[in-house]
Amino acid sequence: MTLLNCLLLSFILFGIGIFGLLRRRHLVAMLISIEIMLNAANMNFITFAYFSAEDSSAGAVFNLFVIAVTACEMAIALAIVVSMYRRRHSLDVNELRSLHE
Amino acid sequence: MNKLTTLSYFIFLLPFLGFIINGLFLKQSHKKLAGFLSVALNGAAALIAIYLAFNYFQSGVAPGRMILWQKDFLSFAPSLIASVGLLLDPLSAMMLVVITFISFAVHIYSIGYMKEDRSTTRFFSFLSLFTFSMLSLVVAPNLFQTFFFWELVGISSYLLIGFWYEKPAAVSASKQAFILTRFADSFFLLGIILVSFIIGSFDFYDLNTLSLSSFLGEINLGIITITKAKALFVASILVFIGGWGKSAMFPMHIWLPNAMEGPTPVSSIIHSATMVVAGVYLVARLFPFFSLFSDTLHLIMVVGIFTAVFAAVIACTQKDIKRILAYSTLSQLGYMMFALGSTSVIIEGQAAINTLGYSASVFHIFTHAFFKCMLFLIAGSLIHAVHSNDLDQMGGLGRKMPWTYAATLIGCLAISGIPPFSGFFSKDEILIATLEGKHFIVFGLALFTSGLTAFYMFRLFFLAFHGNMRSPHASHIKESFSMTFPIVMLAIPSFLGGYLFKKVFLKFYLPGYLPASDIFSSSISVHWVPFAASLVALIGIVFAWVSYGRPYANVKKALDETNRNQFYKWIYHKFYFDEIYYAFVRQFIFRGFSAFVRFFEDYVIGGAVKGSVFIIKKAGELVRESQSGFTPFYLGTLVVGLLLWRFLGNLPV
Repeated sequence: MTLLNCLLLSFILFGIGIFGLLRRRHLVAMLISIEIMLNAANMNFITFAYFSAEDSSAGAVFNLFVIAVTACEMAIALAIVVSMYRRRHSLDVNELRSLHE
Repeated sequence: MNKLTTLSYFIFLLPFLGFIINGLFLKQSHKKLAGFLSVALNGAAALIAIYLAFNYFQSGVAPGRMILWQKDFLSFAPSLIASVGLLLDPLSAMMLVVITFISFAVHIYSIGYMKEDRSTTRFFSFLSLFTFSMLSLVVAPNLFQTFFFWELVGISSYLLIGFWYEKPAAVSASKQAFILTRFADSFFLLGIILVSFIIGSFDFYDLNTLSLSSFLGEINLGIITITKAKALFVASILVFIGGWGKSAMFPMHIWLPNAMEGPTPVSSIIHSATMVVAGVYLVARLFPFFSLFSDTLHLIMVVGIFTAVFAAVIACTQKDIKRILAYSTLSQLGYMMFALGSTSVIIEGQAAINTLGYSASVFHIFTHAFFKCMLFLIAGSLIHAVHSNDLDQMGGLGRKMPWTYAATLIGCLAISGIPPFSGFFSKDEILIATLEGKHFIVFGLALFTSGLTAFYMFRLFFLAFHGNMRSPHASHIKESFSMTFPIVMLAIPSFLGGYLFKKVFLKFYLPGYLPASDIFSSSISVHWVPFAASLVALIGIVFAWVSYGRPYANVKKALDETNRNQFYKWIYHKFYFDEIYYAFVRQFIFRGFSAFVRFFEDYVIGGAVKGSVFIIKKAGELVRESQSGFTPFYLGTLVVGLLLWRFLGNLPV
């Protein structure tokens, strides 16, 4: 387990997240992609905390913050998704263009 | 003098007050109040004007000039200041009295005449404005004030001619009057600019005391450089064109007969004391200036005599009573003009000035104002009685309207120049002036016109008052007090004005500014002229009686223009001048100039506007395309943007 391997893992996760965000049309799938990207960031925090910081607990604390904030964010996002579904009976982002016109 | 100055303000303020109160504070239903208020204000102004004039002539300053008050108004440059003021000299004192008196009579008359109109208040308001602007015009001590009120007179006559704005004919007549006089005024303005540029002053005193010998150098007018004397000559012509249009001299005459579409009191005041007289007044006011250029005086004379004959010929065939009087006014204005022009005399190769023509012309303004105003008021009464302008519908009205009948007789005799009525004295002097100046052709034509005048006036008189009644309304015709009183009031000066004031005019109307050597004294014996003039007028009257007045005259046939010869028809249609004007306007102005302007508007200005709209729209569409509304697209651009920023931009690492 080296620093490089860990960074590569987080890079791959971030790439998957971006790819998913851009390619998937389903709102929930996009949210999952965002979640993956956030976890990639978390990975980075932990990695640097473990390998290079003097006090590794500082990085872990940051992680906890991010997870808490993400949970809140997801709650709001899922609420929006639910109400959107009730209203339009569809979660396809390509159809959610009413702000366009 | 101080008291006079204070009083003099009121001559203008009272009519102006009438304008303001009637225009702003009275409702259209306050007809009686509006009428009496205007009459009272104008009556007071007339009394003050008479008092002022009387004091002026008594004061000993009389032939000289007097500035009662003067204030700076606009200063264009320290040396060129336009001021407003009140100039009192014989001409303006005379005009003040004439204008206020006639305005007073017309206001009284309007109470009766406009009784059934629904906007009487507006009418009185405009009429007061008209009086105010003309009064301010005649007392102007400088060209600037003259021009200012000149335009105000124009606009108020426009408002009054088009007073019945529901009538299309009235609207087009008012537009015609305004546009034609504006056309002339543009030359007048150019003339004022040129004069003030050369002399450096607007003041009449500076203009009238000018001597050409002090303007020897050359002057650069931007395009050309000419001598100052020549530039002044051009300026004098330009200024005269202003008076030319305002006095409706040929060929700018057509607006005046068409202005008959307005209410009759308006015609009456336009034709006697305001508006058209302003043109003659301007020439008289600047007479010493014009007299420097004998060519300008010749032009004035030619224009005047031509209009006099031309209009008199047309007047002989018209059937509309107001049109006859309108052409008669044109003819009489021509008289005043050529009298001013005929002052230019050549003795032994030297140009000189015969001041008799000047005083005769001003005298004719004075006498003509009263009888012409009265004749128009009479025409209004007749129209009111028979509900038609046409002489076809009149006839036999003498028995129904005895006061009007007597007044008309006085008016017709006065305008025909029969002694001892007022017109005789002034006309006589004009004829003598032309003869003394050795303008024999002009004299002959003037004498001929005088005969024509007598003919058409008595034609009108016989057709309207004698013979059978041809009107369907004949049974209930009567004279009303408010319409008959001003007529009788004006009949007195029409009768006696000439005899009483003859001496006054001869004594006071020598323009004292002229160098003495230029003044001409006659060597021709002219005692036969009054007899000749009266004889010609009598012949005219006899002709009228034979054709229209005697019991066996076939009036129906005489009035029917359809079976006349071609020449008569030509005259009846006023030599087709209206048609020529319309054709000209249509062909050259509408199709030529207006079409070009339209093209410019549509394709150049409109093109520029449309082009810029097109460009903006296209740019907008381009931006709009990028806002697709697809969330992945936004996210993608976000990612790509971030990457570009990271690797190409200077983001801190």
